[in-house]
Amino acid sequence: MMSERRYPAPEPNAETRVFWDAAAKGVLKIKNCRACFRAHYYPRAICPHCGSDTTEWVTSEGAGEIYSVSVMRRGEGAPFAVAYVTLDEGPAVLTNIVDCDPDSLAIGQRVRIAFKPSEEGAPPVPTFTPSGD
Amino acid sequence: MSLRNRAYIAGAFEHPTRLAPDKSTPQLHAECAAGALADAGLSLEDVDGYFCATDAPGFGPISMIDYLGLKVRHTDSTEMGGCTYIQHVAHAAEAIALGKCKVALITLAGRPRSENVMRFRPGAPESAFEQFVGLTNHTSYGMCAVRHMHEHGTTSEQLAWIKVAASHHAQHNEHAMLPKVVTVEEVLESPMIADPLHRLDCCVTTDGGGALVVVAPEIARSLKRPLVALRGAGEATKGPSGGLGLDLTTSAAARSGPAAFAEAGVTPADIKYASIYDSFTITVLIQLEDLGFCAKGEGGKFVADGNLISGTGKLPFNTDGGGLCSNHPMFRGGITKVIEAVRQLRGEAHPAVQVPDCDLAVATGIGGSLGARHGAATVILERQ
Ligand SMILES: [Zn+2]
Repeated sequence: MMSERRYPAPEPNAETRVFWDAAAKGVLKIKNCRACFRAHYYPRAICPHCGSDTTEWVTSEGAGEIYSVSVMRRGEGAPFAVAYVTLDEGPAVLTNIVDCDPDSLAIGQRVRIAFKPSEEGAPPVPTFTPSGD
Repeated sequence: MSLRNRAYIAGAFEHPTRLAPDKSTPQLHAECAAGALADAGLSLEDVDGYFCATDAPGFGPISMIDYLGLKVRHTDSTEMGGCTYIQHVAHAAEAIALGKCKVALITLAGRPRSENVMRFRPGAPESAFEQFVGLTNHTSYGMCAVRHMHEHGTTSEQLAWIKVAASHHAQHNEHAMLPKVVTVEEVLESPMIADPLHRLDCCVTTDGGGALVVVAPEIARSLKRPLVALRGAGEATKGPSGGLGLDLTTSAAARSGPAAFAEAGVTPADIKYASIYDSFTITVLIQLEDLGFCAKGEGGKFVADGNLISGTGKLPFNTDGGGLCSNHPMFRGGITKVIEAVRQLRGEAHPAVQVPDCDLAVATGIGGSLGARHGAATVILERQ
């Protein structure tokens, strides 16, 4: 098993506060664009696909599959898995895969959102864990 | 308007140090500047353009210009990570072509072994969403290698050949940090750092630096050095940009490379020597594909069996030993890529690795984080 890492507190700003308030309730928010109908992550006020400012917050199911994964073997908190997870809604999320044997992870494996606490009073961070489906 | 023959690299200098506890970082910049100007046969007072990036201490280019005692009429502090200095060569040529300067000085230096260098970028838009992940270059490039292996069947043995070739070259470089020839087995048996990259798949960390002097054609012809012209250049950036269609097996060099070849009017088959930024073995493999030396997915076969070793392989690369074995000053290998290409074109590389009749070379690099967001810069250089 991987050891428990200490996660630094994310710093919400005016553009991203909705995301972090939802994270505190265990909900993963992404952005959809009402102009080009494409989703994106990490969330922006202006759509990175088309430049429209008609983006809206939507709730992700928090499920997806591993696009790629590398296990860090050295340094504080090692071993830990760094991965891109492709959400079922489309966007890829740079994240950690937690609560698993890092040597068991593979491309294509199904995972689901598993928020991890950061610092006292700060929002949790969006990590993922194998979902077994 | 093309950059072809608009500017020449007249001076090139790589600091011999790899560990500099008793020097300051500005001092290393100054020593590199002096070395490159002496190589060109020019002096500080000839310099009318200065190019640096965020490794230069102080406020943009202003502090270093004052420290060095320069009087310039053009400055450029373009920042694109480790490949910046390849890009600076092209930007210097652009400035020279427009008459904004005639003698451009480019410097890089730093002491990551001797001092704790802060590398995070506070306030980056992605910070809150990515900083917690603990992404380092090891896992970033590691994910690219994992994905390349998954899609194309690339193997760790093939990646190891890139290090083996670099080590064959480094044995002839008296300043190389790792001058020992290594085998594929030794690479594979070195400790795993971030899957699938072993310690010997990673470049060295060194104190040091380098400098280049890019000049107008009439100045180049007035000097006593061989004529090394810029023939073509390209630059590009790439990132997840919202996360749709993520592709970690192709880099921004897939755009910077073809742009440089198009401007130069040559193809990869014409290239006699290649300087390929080698932060990790996988960095080289992906760029070779993206520049068109082989098809996407064929990089593993291309680099295997010593094909990158000068004298025996099809494409001699990084004949100074590269970042993998010789030098990666301030975590930034762009300038040494240009410097070794200039040595090759002048016929001044070590005789054991000098490419015969080397008249056309490419220097290309990746800056930033290949698995996250990065830039690429490519130049085609020609001896005339
Ligand atoms: Zn849009």
